[in-house]
Amino acid sequence: MAKIKPRVKAPKSVAAGEVFTVKTLINHTMESGQRKGKDGNKIPRQILHTFDVTYNGAQVMTATQHGAISANPYVEFQMKVNESGTLTMKWLDDDGSTYETSKDIAVG
Amino acid sequence: MKLSRRDTLALGGAVATISLLPLRASATTEAATASLKEFTGGADWAEGGVELTAPEIAENGNTVPIAVSAPGAVAIAIVADGNPNPGVAEYAFGELAEPMVATRMRLSGTQGIIAVAKMADGSFKSASRAVKVTIGGCGG
Repeated sequence: MAKIKPRVKAPKSVAAGEVFTVKTLINHTMESGQRKGKDGNKIPRQILHTFDVTYNGAQVMTATQHGAISANPYVEFQMKVNESGTLTMKWLDDDGSTYETSKDIAVG
Repeated sequence: MKLSRRDTLALGGAVATISLLPLRASATTEAATASLKEFTGGADWAEGGVELTAPEIAENGNTVPIAVSAPGAVAIAIVADGNPNPGVAEYAFGELAEPMVATRMRLSGTQGIIAVAKMADGSFKSASRAVKVTIGGCGG
């Protein structure tokens, strides 16, 4: 697999309590375990099974993904905050790897 | 109300799609229901209060955009009743999140997508959409 690089689009600053949209994308084959290789055997499953979003340590959203989530998983969600801080996103791979990125958001 | 030709086509297409769906519960529909029952802890769900957006026709079953929104929900589960495995994803929302999500999923063929939302009071609401798939998305 190519180097895993998450991409996140979130506003740099928002008003307290204002709902905003966060768009996330991460490149990953999300091998479902259903595909057959050239030898006719099923390619083992390897997906990003969990996508965890926290803001200043508090849980925002946690997604549990299964094989039916498309490759290069895209997740868009909405949230609000009341104070400045850091939005942290973590992806957990079946193979034990963790991918993480964060975005600072200013409230004022 | 006079229907435009576009509306008439869309209406005809919807009727044709629904008539193509199997009328009796198949093994996969049962699997989808079982998966949802795991999410609800055995409780039933009532249709309504959940908005599930999915295309009527998906040109590529490998990546079908969907969105679910359920005001007041604390969690949402999505299943597909014709895929090899019914579970698509589950989302749990904290206090800062709005109860909605958009993502992209794989559909192996024409089938129904069901979203069930767990409400703050412990009840469950649902919505379903039929999606016609032209090229299946399971690598086959």
